[in-house]
Amino acid sequence: MIVFTPRNKISKNWIFLAPILSIFLTVILGGFIFTFLGYNPGETLYHIFISPFTRIDRISDVFVKACPLIIIGTGLIFCFKANVWNIGAEGQFIIGALLAGSFGLLFPEMDTKFLLMIMLFIGFLGGALWAFIPAILKTKLNVNEILVSLMLVYVAMLLIDFVVRGPLRDPMSFGFPLTKAYPEGALINKIPIPGIGFLGQLHYGVMSIFILVPIAWVIINKTLLGFQIKVLGSAPKATSFAGFKEKRITIIVLLLSGGLAGIAGVIEVSANMGQLQPEISFGYGFTAIIVVFLGRLNPIGIILAGIIIATVKLGADNAQMAIGIPKVVTGLFEGILLFFLLTGETLQKYQIAWKKYGS
Amino acid sequence: MANRKEPKILFNAHKITKSFGNFKANDNINISIVKGEIHALLGENGAGKSTLVKMFYGILKPDSGTIELNNQKINISSPNLARSHGIGMVFQHFSLFPALNVAENILISLDKKITFNQLILDITELSKKWDLSIDPLKQVNELSVGEQQRVEIIRCLMQNPRLLIMDEPTSVLTPQEITSLFKILKKLAKSGCSILYISHKLEEIIELADQVTILKSGKSIATINPKKTTTSYLAETMVGKEIVKLKKISKKPSTKKIALKIINLNKQKENNFGTNLNNINFEVNYGEILGIAGIAGNGQIELMETLTGEKKCQYDKEILFDNKPIGFKGVQERRDLGIETIPEERNFHASVPDLRLHENTFLTCHQKYFATKNFFSSLFINPQYSLDESIRIIEDNDVRCPEKNPFASQLSGGNLQKFILGRSLASNPKVAIFSQPTWGVDIGAATLIRQKLLNIANDGKAVILISQDLEEIFQLSDKISVISNGYLSDIKSIKDISAIDVGLLMGSNLNNSNENKII
Amino acid sequence: MDALILTIIATSIPLLLAASGELIAEKSGVLNLGVEGMMLSGAVGAFGAVLWLGNPYFGIIAGAISGILMASVFSIFTINLMTNQVATGLGLTIFATGFSGLAGAPLVGKTIPYLPKIEIYLLSDIPLIGNIFFKQDLLAYISILLIILITIFLNSTKPGIVLRAVGDNHNNAHSIGYPIKKIRWLATCFGGMCAGLGGAYIPLILTPHWSEGMTSGRGWIAIALVVFASWIPWRIIVGALLFGGITIAQFVGQTRGWPIPSQILSMMPYIATIIALTMISGRFSKNKSIVPASLGKPFVDVT
Repeated sequence: MIVFTPRNKISKNWIFLAPILSIFLTVILGGFIFTFLGYNPGETLYHIFISPFTRIDRISDVFVKACPLIIIGTGLIFCFKANVWNIGAEGQFIIGALLAGSFGLLFPEMDTKFLLMIMLFIGFLGGALWAFIPAILKTKLNVNEILVSLMLVYVAMLLIDFVVRGPLRDPMSFGFPLTKAYPEGALINKIPIPGIGFLGQLHYGVMSIFILVPIAWVIINKTLLGFQIKVLGSAPKATSFAGFKEKRITIIVLLLSGGLAGIAGVIEVSANMGQLQPEISFGYGFTAIIVVFLGRLNPIGIILAGIIIATVKLGADNAQMAIGIPKVVTGLFEGILLFFLLTGETLQKYQIAWKKYGS
Repeated sequence: MANRKEPKILFNAHKITKSFGNFKANDNINISIVKGEIHALLGENGAGKSTLVKMFYGILKPDSGTIELNNQKINISSPNLARSHGIGMVFQHFSLFPALNVAENILISLDKKITFNQLILDITELSKKWDLSIDPLKQVNELSVGEQQRVEIIRCLMQNPRLLIMDEPTSVLTPQEITSLFKILKKLAKSGCSILYISHKLEEIIELADQVTILKSGKSIATINPKKTTTSYLAETMVGKEIVKLKKISKKPSTKKIALKIINLNKQKENNFGTNLNNINFEVNYGEILGIAGIAGNGQIELMETLTGEKKCQYDKEILFDNKPIGFKGVQERRDLGIETIPEERNFHASVPDLRLHENTFLTCHQKYFATKNFFSSLFINPQYSLDESIRIIEDNDVRCPEKNPFASQLSGGNLQKFILGRSLASNPKVAIFSQPTWGVDIGAATLIRQKLLNIANDGKAVILISQDLEEIFQLSDKISVISNGYLSDIKSIKDISAIDVGLLMGSNLNNSNENKII
Repeated sequence: MDALILTIIATSIPLLLAASGELIAEKSGVLNLGVEGMMLSGAVGAFGAVLWLGNPYFGIIAGAISGILMASVFSIFTINLMTNQVATGLGLTIFATGFSGLAGAPLVGKTIPYLPKIEIYLLSDIPLIGNIFFKQDLLAYISILLIILITIFLNSTKPGIVLRAVGDNHNNAHSIGYPIKKIRWLATCFGGMCAGLGGAYIPLILTPHWSEGMTSGRGWIAIALVVFASWIPWRIIVGALLFGGITIAQFVGQTRGWPIPSQILSMMPYIATIIALTMISGRFSKNKSIVPASLGKPFVDVT
């Protein structure tokens, strides 16, 4: 039987090798499954992995698609490193967008230049507020944050549905549940490239990645908070021995991840929709969890991971149009990739040996 | 009382030896138990008692030696097998399932097929027969600790045991519960069931046991009839005759200035298996080493938590430092004042195995680091500071590292402990509190660590040493107290107390009465 | 009115089935967030099987098998490879959603026959309740039977008590000698089977077509249901009716113009679940053992 023995030093090579190996194995396994289900593996894999890079506007769309995943994922790093399991990023995304959008729609007379900034701030607050509920329940009453944050996702989805169909509904939308369009100052515009025009859907919001991710990297690796998070995730008793306050750190990481999810929500709506709809997230909050694991809980890794997942999502869209494969096939790849990665993590922690039964 | 004149030997363990790596936990131990006998196993921590009984119950396997039951050699390779041979065990902290009720808990450990109703009848019958009153349908997490122990005993009795092993059963009981337990055990023995009773409580052993085997450092030193001896003799044998002759290492005399004073410290235990702290009073001067001896599980952990600041006191004035109350102060505040602590657990408490040594250094020196920075530069951590600190600690303390800046998990126990010690002392604290500083550490590292303690005391620091190791207590301390059941014995200067006295105190049930006074 | 009650019951059955299975899995200490995915695979499996073989009863078997297969994937990772249960469960849902969408793509647009109602002799003629309770399909009867069997299993049989012990303290159970991994495998596969059955119910009874994601989040509701029911089987029936009923009330309220917005009404079960969790985990409850203590913790069997 297979026996696991803990390793006492994490092998450095494996940290890089594992994701690469996982991607490789995923592609191969995916190919087999396609063949098994009667599709042409070569054609399918081409559409999913290569086609998003065949045109410049497609490449920029990969970044557009990756943007919310990366931002939410960056926030989730803080939580997961501290062993706090925030599964409700989807809900925090929605509430952030909802509160910010409501503000923008209710006060359109506000100064155009700063409206977006204010909305981003409100989005952060909204998401943080939504994450504060599981935070306070966990630290004060020891309630499991996984279940609470998950339930709040549904509450958030229903809340935005209610608001969009009710108080904020645009009377001119003729049966389609939509709010009025955002005022000009609340929108995020596409980036005009001199000489080419717009690159797909590439919008200024994508630039936020280059601000948020480095800040997150710095916080995690260079600040006291980052150190406290690492210690908490690794050895809670050592946290109090060092004089750090466990509960305070838990609340901070939840607020940070909720806030970042909220910002992602504001950016998504302002850049891609221009108004609130009943459904504004398409599983971003959950997909981001996969992105975090794929990126090995590292901000730089998450950028790469977000790009990979976005590629697969766009590739699947293309595959659907080209050969009729349903685009939910992304789920197949994301799932398999995650399984390989999690296995890699186990192999990193433990050494496997084959021992004769009974010894 | 078992008839030793024509003994019918039930259980015989011969030349049992067990090592863990280089450490010999049990060294050629012989023990034989007569049918219907209450046989006690006495020894300090680390003497090898737990290891030995774990082998009798099939959790561990001896490296060499034989075990015989009714003169037949048996191989106890699992708890299931042990139970089938009629060996039952009640662990110190039990192995019950709180979410299940009494009957369900017992059903789980039964190997035979039985209907639920029959089980309840059996339980009720057994509880009547042995005076172990218990409601079979009550959920276990609603039971008191004494009641839970009864469930454990009934669980064992249902398997018709020939030998019942009990590991420190009285450490969690009230005095009344202890009395009723003893009645039950004596009745059991009379009916023919032998009992192997692990304990460090000398009076109890004399009252209860027919024979006592004394272990020390993995060897069985003596097997005697406790009824024909005194607690003093037992204490002396338990702590070892060499200790009695041990000389304290010379050091400078301590000052008269009080560093830390604990006044009427009381603390409620936080769970069923904790220990209440009762009226703890002591003081330690600068330049002095106060040794607090005691068998593990008598309140050391709770005391340590209160001293470090990880758990706050009830009243601010319960702890005075340089005459100022600090009972409400947290870990960092106490550290800033100059009080450093080294907890019992090296891994996941005093150090983080997954972090490198320089990061582990930062665990305790972060405040000092930030104190030197202005607002802006304090936002970021420059690892050079902790790298330099940790290199200095490694060099000054002879920490052997497999590579330049290893993970804490890569160090051996002794080297990690040297590092932890060096780290805490690097900040030049005024008071240093150590809990089990040389436990599980190789002899070379242990010697270095003990020397370090002496050095800092000679330097004028106040030192509190909480330890199960009497050798180091006697070599290092200026004054000694014993913690037992959450009570502290009178503090005596090392000149005024003998190892036997300490052994007696360790093996006693201290309480508010005059029992803790030495005549 | 009859029709309303029947609709509510029909909406509750998938929840009831999936939650029953999840209860067993969680009682053994496994937090399975892959229920939604297992339900979807049950749905597509059932649909495909009936299309291929004609008889709707094959759908039930296929649904169960699909659920077990997905649960096996989950178990290999979380139990044998000791991976993080939350991440693996989410991954499984995403994977199964993709896989079932892929497998079901060629089946879109087709219809299958309904699972027939079985009238229980005589009882179905009782006025009022006969129609509702005794003229149901096989899966509905199975779902009620499951609750009864689970209750008996957990409270009165030794394997059931052992299961609860494993969920309470897997280390103690291990030292007594019980095979923790095997027990959790069985519990998880049972959970997968029930989720598969719950998913199968949807094309077999509710809407006899296949569409992507046709379970519409019921798997997640089932997880909430188990917590809401405090891990007590009969309360799952209450919870399922409540959650199912509120879904119906959402439509009814909209058409009849109720003052409470339907979405706010629909939020109630989730908020109630959070409150229930708070009450049982926090200091309000003396009984700290309602939540299985090992829930979500991997059993690490290292030397």
